[in-house]
Amino acid sequence: MKTAREMGLIGCQRCTRLSPAGTEICPRCGGKVQSRDPMSLQKVMAWWVLGVACYIPGNLYPMLETKTLVSTQSNTIIGGAVELAQHGNWGVAIIILIASAVIPMAKFIIILGLVIGVQNGPQISDGLRQRLYEVVEYIGRWSMIDVFVVAVLSALVQLQTLVNISPGRASIFFALSVIFTMISAQSFDSRLIWDTGNTPKPDLPPEPVTEKERSA
Amino acid sequence: MIQTRAPQSDLSDDELAQLIACPHCDLVYSTPHVARNERAYCQRCHSVLIAPRRKAGKRLIALALSILILITGAMFFPFLSIGAGGLSHGTSIVQTSFAFTGMLAVLTPAILAFIIFIPMARLILLIYVLVPIIQDKPPAPLARQAFRLAEDLTPWSMAEIFAIGCAVALVKLSDLAEVNLGPAAWMFAALMIIFVLTDSLMCRYSIWKSLEP
Repeated sequence: MKTAREMGLIGCQRCTRLSPAGTEICPRCGGKVQSRDPMSLQKVMAWWVLGVACYIPGNLYPMLETKTLVSTQSNTIIGGAVELAQHGNWGVAIIILIASAVIPMAKFIIILGLVIGVQNGPQISDGLRQRLYEVVEYIGRWSMIDVFVVAVLSALVQLQTLVNISPGRASIFFALSVIFTMISAQSFDSRLIWDTGNTPKPDLPPEPVTEKERSA
Repeated sequence: MIQTRAPQSDLSDDELAQLIACPHCDLVYSTPHVARNERAYCQRCHSVLIAPRRKAGKRLIALALSILILITGAMFFPFLSIGAGGLSHGTSIVQTSFAFTGMLAVLTPAILAFIIFIPMARLILLIYVLVPIIQDKPPAPLARQAFRLAEDLTPWSMAEIFAIGCAVALVKLSDLAEVNLGPAAWMFAALMIIFVLTDSLMCRYSIWKSLEP
């Protein structure tokens, strides 16, 4: 079996249509087609740097400001989790730490790893690289959950003098970091994983595997 | 084993239309016949290539319409309210996005777009594209542009993430105050489930095939 590129063709990533090399607009879906995006890695890294740059103030500034009758308290994302843990609320603290600290860091590391793998040759199997890429693409948008939680808490907890919650400056940096990281992952051309990989191409017959499913 | 002729780059346009390229790893296959309850996977990277579903078009339109109705309703019904120490406060979904004030106000339009406008726009485009297809009529004008835009909007449609975000916020508040869920909160919960169903019915290949000029 061969890739479209080896056959002198361009495969459309939206609609799977093949066109002869040199085609710019896909005849089926009308979208732009490119055999490989030569700027893919540069775009990924540019958005990645922006994402990391916004992630730092997103963690240093307070995410939530809580005003009560007697006190005003500012919490960073990690600070809030630590405080929950000190109150014995370990379960929620660990969930917040994983969702707001571990997952964003893991995304940055995986994207960087994918780019290094394409440039310097992979250290792990192509299947695993593809899997990691899919996970990052899937999970990226879910990080926006922190911003939504802040929005709901601040809109809801407005009890005059008793207690008021308002969003902190970190919320905007955190939101930007999520957006930039999503664009970074989207800019990655996953075909580069397989171009640089060493998985043998399957033999003929050149038909995809079809599999029956339980539900229709 | 059936030995198929190795494809050459001097294939005619008709022959090219009979082939598909895996969008994730670029391997070229001859288009298989995929039955209604089957999926075709790429042998190398295991991406799903074709997954047609019985009456997928009609079901997608029905689901998209119900999500549209739920989002519209959720905008006007009471969403959440809390009570503590004799004081109470309620919020609607639109008010939620206005929680960001001052310098942070730039987030307000972004959040409105993520949870209301982008999901709605995407579903309206999807309905616009699918209605002529299920009626076996020629595609609607600009249907290809509309479906491309709908696909581009997909990652930015975050209504279901907002629904989970509300659940997290409720867990955080449950110790401090009494929280009441309004009808809009239940609508968002229902909407999440329908979103998941919508995704499992979408066969992009089948839709593009029927839009092919």
